[in-house]
Amino acid sequence: MRNVFAETFYDLSKLSSQMCLLCADISPAGSMMKFRHEYPNRFINVGVAECSMIGLAAGMALRGMKPYVYTIATFSLYRPFEFVRNDICFQNLPVTIVGVGAGVAYSHLGATHNAQEDVALTCSMPNMTVIAPCDPLEVVAATQYSAQSTSPLYLRLGKAGEPTITQNAPDPWIFGKVRFIREGTDFCLLTYGPITSRVLHVAEELEKLGKRTAVVSVHTLKPLDKDGIARILHKFEKVFVVEEAAPIGGLASQVKSLAWDIRAQCVLKTFTLDDAYHARYGSYDDQLAAHGLDKSSLVKGMTCA
Amino acid sequence: MQTTNNVALLSEKQFDEQGSRQRCLQMRRRILEVSQMVPALHIGGSFSCLEMVESIYSHCLRKVSGNFHDTFIISKGHGCLAQYVNLEHYGILPKSALDLFCKPDGVLGTHPDLGIPGVEASTGALGHGLGIGMGMANADKILGADRNVYVVISDGELQEGSIWENILLAPALKLNRLVVLADLNDFQSLARMSETHPNFYPLIDKIKAFGWECKEVNGHNAKSIFDAIANRSGEAPFFVACKTVKGKGVAFMENQPIWHFRSPNIQEYERALQELVEVYE
Repeated sequence: MRNVFAETFYDLSKLSSQMCLLCADISPAGSMMKFRHEYPNRFINVGVAECSMIGLAAGMALRGMKPYVYTIATFSLYRPFEFVRNDICFQNLPVTIVGVGAGVAYSHLGATHNAQEDVALTCSMPNMTVIAPCDPLEVVAATQYSAQSTSPLYLRLGKAGEPTITQNAPDPWIFGKVRFIREGTDFCLLTYGPITSRVLHVAEELEKLGKRTAVVSVHTLKPLDKDGIARILHKFEKVFVVEEAAPIGGLASQVKSLAWDIRAQCVLKTFTLDDAYHARYGSYDDQLAAHGLDKSSLVKGMTCA
Repeated sequence: MQTTNNVALLSEKQFDEQGSRQRCLQMRRRILEVSQMVPALHIGGSFSCLEMVESIYSHCLRKVSGNFHDTFIISKGHGCLAQYVNLEHYGILPKSALDLFCKPDGVLGTHPDLGIPGVEASTGALGHGLGIGMGMANADKILGADRNVYVVISDGELQEGSIWENILLAPALKLNRLVVLADLNDFQSLARMSETHPNFYPLIDKIKAFGWECKEVNGHNAKSIFDAIANRSGEAPFFVACKTVKGKGVAFMENQPIWHFRSPNIQEYERALQELVEVYE
């Protein structure tokens, strides 16, 4: 995902001299080095100084530039949180905050580098738009959208190597709209971000058990497509949310809240990261399993719902 | 060199000491007047930086088509009354704006918000305005804009880590059009800085060591502040360490922590007005 972001950003930056990137001493992926080489003035490494990174981005936006800030999600959002709130969101500035390694993607780096709370935090911030692409193709679409956005935007990315899964999706990517990436009639799985490729495997498993299972990419988490989700809650017999984020304040709790508001009759069950820091290391799938988000746990949880 | 020309331009100016002194008297009176509308405001910190802000507005900021072309940010946002009385004096804010201070129908309150005429950044939480000002100065460099950025910070604010991130970064980015003025009144909200953080001093050596050009001045002598700015080399970001007195101008408010936020009652207000007359005469 980060390589595709870098490639798309580089392409867009050739068209707009306002686009600039501030990073906090992270080695930017692939094409970002081309950008740095070609536009050295517009690439600013502030060093290990995340509050500076956000503050400078706000000042540059106030002068009409289009800044992106880029580092690991915990550092682009948590460390400088009050700066994101006051400098970017309160002043409603067109700064895109890129959070790399969201969820438990940095599985070998441990809890200090895992961003479990980022969706809840950003969705609660006035003026903020939140987009979490599920594969490299959605990263392209989201990055293109971000370039013409005129307000704060949190772009939640995985890391590298995520498979392309939406090339044959029935629906196109439209900002602010849920998107069916797999069709089905019995169950519907709402999800977003890198875990979506695993959720597709869950859907295949459920299909084998006779349940025609749709998968929906809820790539835009704020503003949330309440109408689209309401239609799903009314249409399907069972709806499941699979979310690689904290159980409070993310998609799961918002869908439950919406289901109450519209008096939805479907079975609704949510699967999220635990409300816990699992101090452990391992592969991405090991981390998901520790939180009960591995394929067998999900299939079991859904079939007995 | 744009920078050198601009510095030269300032150094040719004559500083109007008498006019500045009169304006500061009027502005202190106006702040006291506003204090009678609200139960709390930051009068001590507004009085301590008043000459700093006045000298910037009266002599440093260039005007284009009636608007200030250079940028001023009060990073110690709680001192915004010092900015508001200047904006009122120069007609950027109408008198009605301060008359409605902290009222639901007004726009001005105890911290400056972007969107208020003459306010270029929302501040209030300490440690934010400098970074924003640096972003502006950096964008100006990229875009080739001829602008100076002036930022007022406080000594309490210099305890914030973000300030030191930026002190370290500004010379690396060669933000030579950036002028930071530090209001060193030695008081935080609760206590004296020299007591809670004795190693804060000597400050100027620390800032110099980070690559800034520095000058120490009496922060209540507007001409000294202007002279320091006008005579800088323009080859590094510039830091003016302004020694000030919290509550300056009203003896019973000076160096008393309670006047960080308290409004004077009617008797104290009248006494303060009288003291101002005596000080300025």
